[in-house]
Order: sequence, then structure tokens, then C-alpha cells
Amino acid sequence: MDYDQFFQTIVNSATLGSTYALIALGYTMVYGILKLLNFAHGDVFMVGAYVGFGVLTLFGGAIDPSISIWLVLLLMALAAMAACAVLGVVIERFAYRPLRDAPRIAPLISALGVSFFLSYSVQLLFGAEHRTYDSFNMAGGKLYEPAVTIGSFSISWLRVIGIVAALVLMLLLWLLVARTRIGKAMRATSIDRDAAAMMGIDIDRVIMFAFVLSGALAGAAGVLFALRTDVYPQMGFTPGLFAFTAAVIGGIGSIPGAMLGGFLLGTVEALTVTYLTQWIGIPVGLSNLVIFSLLIVFMLVRPQGILGRPDIKKV
Amino acid sequence: MTEGPRIGQDEWVARSAENIGRHPLLRAADRVPGWARLLLFVVAVALIPLITDDGYINAVVFDTLIFCLLAVGLNVVVGWGGLLDLGYIAFFGVGAYTYAILSSEKFDLHLSSLVVMAICVILGALLGLLVGLPSWRLSGDYLAIVTLFVYQIFISIVTNGHDLFGVDLTGGVNGIANLDPFDLFGIEIVVSKDGIFNSNYVYVALGVFLVVFTALYLVNHSRIGRAWRALREDTLAAELMGMPTDWLKLLAFAFGAAVASLTGSLFASLKVGVFPETFSLTLLITVYAMLILGGVGSQTGAVVGAVVVYVFLEALRDPDVSGWVFYLAALVALVLVVRPRRMIAVVLAATAVFGFVVHAIAGAIDPDWTTSAPPDADAVTRFLDAWVVIPQTPGDAKTIAYIGLIALILLATTVKGIWRWAVLVPTLYLAAFVWENVMSQQPDVTRFVLLGALLVGVMVTRPSGILGERRVEVV
Amino acid sequence: MAALLELRGVSMAFGGLTCVDRLDLHVDEGEIVSVIGPNGAGKTTLFNLVTGVYEPTEGDIVFEGESIKGLSPHKITQRGIARTFQMLRLFLNMSVRENVMAAAFGHTKAGVLRSMLRTPGMRREEREIRELAEKRLAFFGDRLMGYRWDQPAYSLSYANRRRLEIARATATNPRLLLLDEPAAGMNPKETQEITELIAQLRTEGGYTILVIEHDMHVVEGISDRVVALDHGVKIAEGTFEQVATNPRVVEAYLGTGAMERK
Repeated sequence: MDYDQFFQTIVNSATLGSTYALIALGYTMVYGILKLLNFAHGDVFMVGAYVGFGVLTLFGGAIDPSISIWLVLLLMALAAMAACAVLGVVIERFAYRPLRDAPRIAPLISALGVSFFLSYSVQLLFGAEHRTYDSFNMAGGKLYEPAVTIGSFSISWLRVIGIVAALVLMLLLWLLVARTRIGKAMRATSIDRDAAAMMGIDIDRVIMFAFVLSGALAGAAGVLFALRTDVYPQMGFTPGLFAFTAAVIGGIGSIPGAMLGGFLLGTVEALTVTYLTQWIGIPVGLSNLVIFSLLIVFMLVRPQGILGRPDIKKV
Repeated sequence: MTEGPRIGQDEWVARSAENIGRHPLLRAADRVPGWARLLLFVVAVALIPLITDDGYINAVVFDTLIFCLLAVGLNVVVGWGGLLDLGYIAFFGVGAYTYAILSSEKFDLHLSSLVVMAICVILGALLGLLVGLPSWRLSGDYLAIVTLFVYQIFISIVTNGHDLFGVDLTGGVNGIANLDPFDLFGIEIVVSKDGIFNSNYVYVALGVFLVVFTALYLVNHSRIGRAWRALREDTLAAELMGMPTDWLKLLAFAFGAAVASLTGSLFASLKVGVFPETFSLTLLITVYAMLILGGVGSQTGAVVGAVVVYVFLEALRDPDVSGWVFYLAALVALVLVVRPRRMIAVVLAATAVFGFVVHAIAGAIDPDWTTSAPPDADAVTRFLDAWVVIPQTPGDAKTIAYIGLIALILLATTVKGIWRWAVLVPTLYLAAFVWENVMSQQPDVTRFVLLGALLVGVMVTRPSGILGERRVEVV
Repeated sequence: MAALLELRGVSMAFGGLTCVDRLDLHVDEGEIVSVIGPNGAGKTTLFNLVTGVYEPTEGDIVFEGESIKGLSPHKITQRGIARTFQMLRLFLNMSVRENVMAAAFGHTKAGVLRSMLRTPGMRREEREIRELAEKRLAFFGDRLMGYRWDQPAYSLSYANRRRLEIARATATNPRLLLLDEPAAGMNPKETQEITELIAQLRTEGGYTILVIEHDMHVVEGISDRVVALDHGVKIAEGTFEQVATNPRVVEAYLGTGAMERK
């Protein structure tokens, strides 16, 4: 048993999982309240990565920033969160709100339109070429130095920061939803929108708040993700798809479900890539096939997800 | 004893009520019977290769017909079956790859095209049945998710198919090339004669389109079509009125898949090769856009949507044409948004003045901020260069202007009356600025940006699509 | 003579909530039976069980001597049971005629191929379906006739919508009709018409009818037999007079102590 590889896989799952969970939370919050699959969410995540890049460039880049790199990283995250929160609100206000009472397919198509618009606009403005945060050179390579060492196996600062940041955000979100009034309003609205409205809850504000939160989390995820990979216009597609899947597995509409689903999917992906390909001998590219086949089976068995409630309709 | 409808009064009211929502042009079009409309369309398209020898135009017509077929097929699943199939393009791809495998150098199989098409239809239907089975257990959104997964599986197989347990089935990222051209009962139809696209392909496509459209039309005007409509209205009620909704949904799904697969084989016969990147999400969204814009549920709508959107996308590729399209579209938007109409002239005049003023100021601050056209340029270019600020090096101004434009447009939709006219002036000018400096540089990308914007715009203002009828829906 | 429809010890439980509790019920051919009870008594659940929307957690449902438990709803309809809904469920965007024609699906058979080829058999069947629909609609006199056939269903008044729903149900050629609160929301005149109509459905249409109703005038006017439910349990059965004066029934509707006050 190769322990190094095993631990590496665990760390991989946590890293992937935390990113997926952050994005999945956005999908699940919006679906819970609006029953809308927000296809544009992955592109909001992408915009967050670009905003982070912009801030990084503003302060001189990874190698020799004009102020402390740690401060720059913080500013990048905050800027991305703010920008994506605003973006989310704008999208909701102009592309989804007019369609609240339209046939179910209309906001879905509108979401596809927004997704198209965002990804191609970014391509228009910044080109299709890949950019990078160049995190390898940040703080003289500190990010890739080991932060935690167990025997011969180590976890880099980059991964530690990523996982911890994601967990902190999730904790904040959980506190917000479970302990504040607006959180309660969100939960009420997601159960029965009309009843909530009749209880005096301002639905427009609650929905706006949900989009602020989902956008902020996506923005943060964008920056965290971009520290480990390239930035390009279509980067939101695959993580968006996986995160969306995670939300569905955990139970779409359920916030703990999104977190659970995110980490679960991260684990499945990490395990499949590392082990399954070795055992069955299929090329790594086909691991997607395995994952999605498993997901289809899962959906047939339990469509409402692990923590979701089955839809019971009154006839 | 019974108070029946008051003849003359009630009937008139009832009939008038139907017509109020519908534009007079559409009402006139409604009166033309279905078969006549189809005939008109077919004849019109058939004339094009006779009128022009231009290979490019004929190729565009062929591609438009492919999209018409795709849209009509998707309409069966989404419009008649009421199911959201986000993996639809996978069936298109299956058809294309089947043709590529059975009719090329790859495995040295050279089956006759009509045979391959028949195989594709059957294969598509079978796969459609398989993929549609989850609809028995899963409702709308969940089914959509599963179809998305199926699409991912397709992409995964096709992209990695060069090494499936040692067998090279799909050629991986490089796809399969050197496909046989289409052959009609043994008579080969070459793809191009002397480098010019063979317009006979248009007739092949037209033939396939005619058959598919008619077949679907006939099925829709039968008890099955009625059952589909009922199931779309209220699935539970339909089930309780004796209609086997599970099977009906599956049938719609299979039909759509079969049409997509057939179209795939037709598509492949023309192309040099099939590659995974052809069957992208962009293509899926484009087909959906065509169907939605034309009006879901209507075959005519699907065709109109396909023609309009595809021509729009192609026209925007050409830098000369795209400029005209853009400014025309801006004008149309003005007409739709500004009331009373006479204010349009005022807004345009104000924008012109505004523009010249800004241009003069910009030029005065820094000559590098404006361009002057070469003396031999045409009138339009000279006007634009004198009116729009076109910096030598736009730099960050591009992004700021772009975001500013979006903000202004959104603002213009929010305010009313005199404020709207006031906001429209800088908006129009900024739009011209963004177009000249950003969008016209990359027409291939711009057209999708505009399609996305169009999709959102149409959905928000007319959710039933341009030709669709407004439906009463119980939420 | 065996009953047309028989429920034997049928129970329906949703998790911890039991909506119907070991119910025995039967409807003989040609009867009109009314089911009454306060809200939440399990009446619509009963209909959902008979039509196959729910599968009973206990017991059996027998129609024409054969068990229909576990059959899918469309199969049950094809066997001869049709219903209307408490909250109308018309095909709103389809025309009046089409609503009724759609319901003929279960007993017609033109398939995909024959429809595409427009065989004489298919065309004959289409004509027959159309005639059937028009005949069923004619049952309601002038109200759903003539130009109304081509009007979308959403353009109909409330009372006409209820009539259309009944017409649609009859187009499935059922032996047993389940009417769920057919008089709900109707004014006294319309209620009177509905009462006569239900009687006509039996005499002219030959249907056996099971009705859920709250309006006691209707119940009194049509029923051969009345069954009273409360909290999923049958609490009384008999003629209208017997059930209406049954102390358990009065208590269920008016609360304990009502009998004493009476």
C-alpha cells in the first residue's frame, strides 16, 4: 500500500472537494429558492478568477508586488467576492426576475444565454489565451513549500490555505443561514415562496441576498481555484458541471447537502483518477465516463440526493 | 331552458379574444395551411442553387438545413414531449460518428449512404429509448441533469476513443477523417467540384428535411400528437385519461434522438471529418436558441428560428456585413424601446451631436485618442472615424467601456420617459464605441456574445418565443 | 351479484400518517354512491387509490372481479374507471373538442407508422374519435356546442370547465365514473343542473357513479347509498336519511355535543 499516494489522494479530495463545495453552495441556494438551475453560475466563478487576476496585475504581479503578497491575495479574494456578488445580483435582477412567473423553461434558457454572454464577453475582452496567477513564484515559492509534514508526505501551504479558506467561508455561510433572521427567511422562502411572502418576508430581498452569497462564494472559489490552475474563458465549465453535480448528489436545495456533495464528489474524482485507472487500466480521460455513469445510477436510485427531501405533490 | 351561448355576441367575443394577442402578420400567416407553407419553403430553398453558383452561399444553405433538422428534432422532445434534453447533441454526434465509422477509410467499410442513414435512425431511436428511460423515474429538472451526464459520457468516449482497451474506435481528439461522400443508390455526390461546393448537397439535405418534417407533422396530427399535447398540459391528468405518459415521453425522446442521429449522418457525409470539438455545448445552446426564439412546440417556429439564428451568426462573421447588422439591430432596438416613435429622430440627432462633441474633445486632449480615415476610404468609414472615438491603443478603456455599456443598457430598461431618452444618447454612442473598438475586431466571438444577449432579451420580453403562442399555464 | 368495484381492507399510509384505514367499500353496477366526510377524511385519497395514483399499503382493490392494485393509472382507466378532479385539471391550451378527443386514446390504436402513412384505418379511427367527442359534448346541451368546440379550454367559464371535465372523462368509455366534488363552486341554479346531470349520466349514459360531495342537496338528490368517512375510517353507510341522522356523522361534522344540542 503506497501511503504517500494514499495521503496525496486524500489531500486531493479535500482540495477538489472544497472548491466544488463552495460553487455547489451557490447552485443549491438559488435552486432552493427559485427552483432554477443557474447555468450561469460556473461563468460567475470564472469572472471571479479574472477579477483576481486583474487585482494581482494592479499590484504588480506575483513575483514583485508593490505591497505584501499576502495582502494582495486577500484583496484579490475580497475583490472577486464583491464583484461576483454584484454580478449575481445584476443577473438575477435583469435575467431571472422578469421570468419568475413564466413557464419553467424560460429562466433556464435565459441562464444559458447569460452563460454564453459571460464566457464569450470575457473572451472578447481578454482573449482566449490562458493566463496564470504564477502562484509558483509568489513569496519566493513559499506557497509550494510544505506546511504540514507527516512522515515522508507533506501538504503545501497552497493547499492548506485553500482548504482552510473554503472551510471558513462555509462556516460563515452556515452561521448566516442558521442563526440570522435573513437566513431563516431564506429557508422559509425555499420551502414555500407564497407562504413566506404572506408572512411578510420581502421575497425580492431574500432572493437578492441568496445571489449575493452565491456570487461571493463563487468569486472566492474562482480565486482559490486559479491559484492552482490557469485562467481562461471556458475555465468555468468543468468545475461548474462538477459542482452542480455535487449539489445534486448532496440534495439540491440543501445547504449541508451541497457541502457534503462537494467533498464526496471530490473524493470520488480523486479516488477514480488515482486508483480506478490503475485497477481497471483505463486511460485517465475515461475516468469521467466512470464518474458520470455512477452518477446516473445514483440519480436513478435517489434523485433527491443524500440530504434532499423527495418531492411530494398533492393531487 | 338551458342558456346556451348567445349566437352572434358570445361567438364574436370569443373569436376576437383569440386574435388580440397576435400580430396581424402572424394572423395572416396562420391562415396559410401547413402543407402550403412547407411547399413554399422547399421551393424557395430549391431555387437558391439555381440562382447562384456561389459555393459559399450553397454551403450556408446546406448548414442551415442541418440546423433546421436539428431544431425540428429538438422540438419533438422539448416542445411536444415537454422534456428537457440537454444531451441532444450527443445523438447528433452518434449519427456523425456512425457514418464516419461505417463509411470511410478508417475500418475500410464503405456502406452505402442510405443504408448508413437507416442504421443511424434505428441506432438513434434505440439510444433515445435507453437514455429516455430515466424519465420514468425522474421529473423535469432531474432528467435534464441526467441527460447532461449522458452528453459528458459521449464526449468522454469520443475524446478518448483512440484507446478503448486497445481499440481505436473514434480517433480521439483527432477524430476520423477521409469520410466517403454521400452516395445516392451508388451514384456518388462529390463534395466539391473544382473547389466549389457541390450544390447537389443542398438537394440531398432538402430531401431529408422534407421527409423528416412531413413524417413528424403527420405524427403530430394524430392521436399521438394529441396525447403529447395533453401530456405537456398536465401529465397526471393525461395519465388518468388513459394515455400512457411514460411511453409517450419515451417516444418523443426517441423520435428526437433518431432525427438528430439521421442529421448527424447527413452532416458527416459532407464534412471532411468528424471531431469531438464539433459537438460542443455551444452547439447545443445554439440549437436551443433557435428553437426557443422560433417558438417551442411549433415546427414552423423551429425552422424559422433555425434560419434566422444561423443566418444571423453567419452574417456576423463577415466584418463588412456585421457592421451593418449591428447598427441595424441597434435601430430596431430603438424602434422597440422608444415611445412615441417620433422621439427616435430626436434621440438619433442628439446622439450624433453628442458623438461629434466627444470626438472633438477627445481629439483635443490627445491626438492619439482618435483615428482619421485614409482619404480613399468610403463615406461610412470616414463618418465613423470622425464620429466615434477610436483610440490608437484602446487598452483598459475597452473593458471599462464594455462594462459601462452593459450598465447603461440595463439602466435604460429600468427608467422611463424622458430619462430613458436621455440615457439612450450616451448608450448609443458608447455602443458604437464598443462595437468599433472591441466587437468588430473579433466577429467570431462577438456573434456568440450577441446571441447570448439576444437569448436573454427575447426570453425576458417574450418567453414564448417570436412565433410561439402565449400559453396559459397553471403554476 | 358481485360488485363492480370493491375495496377490501384498503389502507394508505404516508410515513406516519394514515390517510385511509382498513376501508371496506363496494359499488354495485348501476348505483350512484356518494362519499361524504369532513375535510381530511381521506375522500380524494380514496379516489387516488382507485385510479392508481397511489398504491395501497394494505388491502386490495377489485374491479370487475379482477385486482387492479399496483396497475398504472392509464391501465386502470383503460379497464373502465374514469374521474374528474377536485381542482380542475383540464388541458387548458387545447380546444374543447381536443380535450375530449385526447381522452379517447386509451381505446384507440393507430400507431406511429399508421399515423405517418395515413392509412384508411387510421383516418376512419380519427373520424370516429371526433364523432365520439362531439357526441359526449352534446350531452351538455347547447353549452359546449358549435363554435365552442374550437375554443381553447381556458376561455370557458368555471361551470363549463367542470362540465368539460366530465365530458372528457366519459370519452374514455368508462363503466365507473368517479366525480370529485362536481358541484364545487357552483351557484344554486348550476348545482341543480349538476344534480340532474348526474342522474342523466346514469340513465342515459349507463355509468355507475361514485361521487365525492360536500353539498348535501346534491347528495340527497342523487344517491342510492351514502358512505361517510372520517379520518380515513368508514363511520356510516346507508341511505341518505340513515347517514345524515347517524350520531357519529353529526359529531364528525359538528363536533361532540352537537347531538345533545339537537
